[in-house]
Amino acid sequence: MEMRIRFRLNGVVTEVDIEPHETLLNVLRDKLKVKSVKYGCGIGECGSCTVLLDGDPVVSCLVMAAKVDGSEVATPDYIAQTELGKAIVDSMLEEGAVQCGYCIPGFLVTIYAALARGIRDVDEMRKAMVGNICRCTGYVNIVRAVKKTLKRIGSQTPRNAVERPFR
Amino acid sequence: MLSINAFNTYRIPQQLKYFKPGNLQEALEILESVEGAKVIAGGTDLVVDLKYRRVEARALVDISRLSELRFIKLGDGYVEIGSAATIREIAESGVVKEKLPLLAEAAESLGSWQIRNLATVGGNLCTASPAADTAPPLLAYDAELELVSSRGVRIVPLGKFFTGPKKTVIERAEILRSVRVPLTPRTYGWCFIKLRRTSFDIAKVSVAVLLRVEGGFVADVRIALGSVAPTPVRARSAEKLAIGLKFEDAVRVASERVAGDISPIDDARSTAWYRLQTSKVLVKDAMWRAYERFLGAGAWR
Ligand SMILES: Cc1cc2nc3c(=O)[nH]c(=O)nc-3n(C[C@H](O)[C@H](O)[C@H](O)COP(=O)(O)OP(=O)(O)OC[C@H]3O[C@@H](n4cnc5c(N)ncnc54)[C@H](O)[C@@H]3O)c2cc1C
Repeated sequence: MEMRIRFRLNGVVTEVDIEPHETLLNVLRDKLKVKSVKYGCGIGECGSCTVLLDGDPVVSCLVMAAKVDGSEVATPDYIAQTELGKAIVDSMLEEGAVQCGYCIPGFLVTIYAALARGIRDVDEMRKAMVGNICRCTGYVNIVRAVKKTLKRIGSQTPRNAVERPFR
Repeated sequence: MLSINAFNTYRIPQQLKYFKPGNLQEALEILESVEGAKVIAGGTDLVVDLKYRRVEARALVDISRLSELRFIKLGDGYVEIGSAATIREIAESGVVKEKLPLLAEAAESLGSWQIRNLATVGGNLCTASPAADTAPPLLAYDAELELVSSRGVRIVPLGKFFTGPKKTVIERAEILRSVRVPLTPRTYGWCFIKLRRTSFDIAKVSVAVLLRVEGGFVADVRIALGSVAPTPVRARSAEKLAIGLKFEDAVRVASERVAGDISPIDDARSTAWYRLQTSKVLVKDAMWRAYERFLGAGAWR
């Protein structure tokens, strides 16, 4: 039983036919070919599949695709191209935050969301990131990249690329 | 459950129908008439269960966007929280932080940011895990649940809601509408402590305490624990013995007597022995911290 959903993906109104048992992760990767969203554990623990749903980070492996009808979704590839996203990516490159890289898109989304909400404290940033697991780096260089991003953006609040649901 | 993951968790291996009712009445009708229909809120428990085939369903009824269920309201003498309010909304709510700080403290510690943005209080209670983080605070606050079905409404005290691990009195075609918490006329000190392995693991042991002291004596204490019995529990006998004692004595007595109120088991997260020992210590710690907050003497964290 197929059903059609309509939502805004990275600013673009998108319609797609889905199966009701599909998750947002399934539809993003397989139907819409958004490969920046990664499948890690599939049970909400690793954070590799993190996307923004109506501006909030969520694990797309536990979100039913049918739920996002009428919502706003932003994925790592899009976020990486925003001003704030670029600042995060540049800092990650400079600080060697990336080893195997599989977890990085998810980290990017969470870090972006936390900064877009105005978090400027490193400990608060650490707390925001507990739902993203990295098995290579030991987090040290990722936290360094966060610190560097904080320095880069200073106290300015970059424009949040993710707008309200459009319904 | 220590087993090698033999499941592919990428997809839900079950065919489903999906309903997005426009209001609560419609949701109840679908639940009543569609065979194998299950309520889905945040999906953070249910989607995992569907992937592992621990739960079979034919259809999902999505209640997460129903405004009738997604509210936090301060009434006269009570706070009412809609079942679809997310854990993040609860943790950040001004009303909850001011009136129910014990619940706010527990909500903050539930899962990760990505989980709290999806997870709801209704889902947390209806899953009925012994480790459900919102349960001990809500037990301590004497919360009541409003259950609705197409046949009517019933009010169930949270203390009578859980009947065993993953079991509640809720019936198939019933929906938890809201959680109602009566406000106490006087202020209480509060503390929620959760012992866990990693930053967002579920609890090995959790303790929630509400405390009021008058002239050095315990006027009221409410102690609830998670992960140490088939359901989240109130430590009634420890409470009873502690009330009326000098605070320091009450702490000692409650910490000893809590053993009689719990029945921990061995599982993948901890042993029964460890849970018993740590329950005693956590009751002590939580009572002290609640006392310090009661006195307004600057909380230690
Ligand atoms: C990575 C991860 C970490 C987690 N960490 C914690 C933690 O630290 N502490 C903790 O307590 N939990 C934790 N959980 C479990 C889960 O997130 C919570 O129990 C959450 O509150 C469930 O809410 P939900 O809205 O997602 O429920 P759902 O999955 O939507 O539903 C759960 C169950 O409740 C039923 N249900 C939901 N709402 C209603 C309603 N209104 N009326 C009737 N039935 C209803 C559903 O049919 C289903 O059976 C974690 C889960 C994950 C995946």
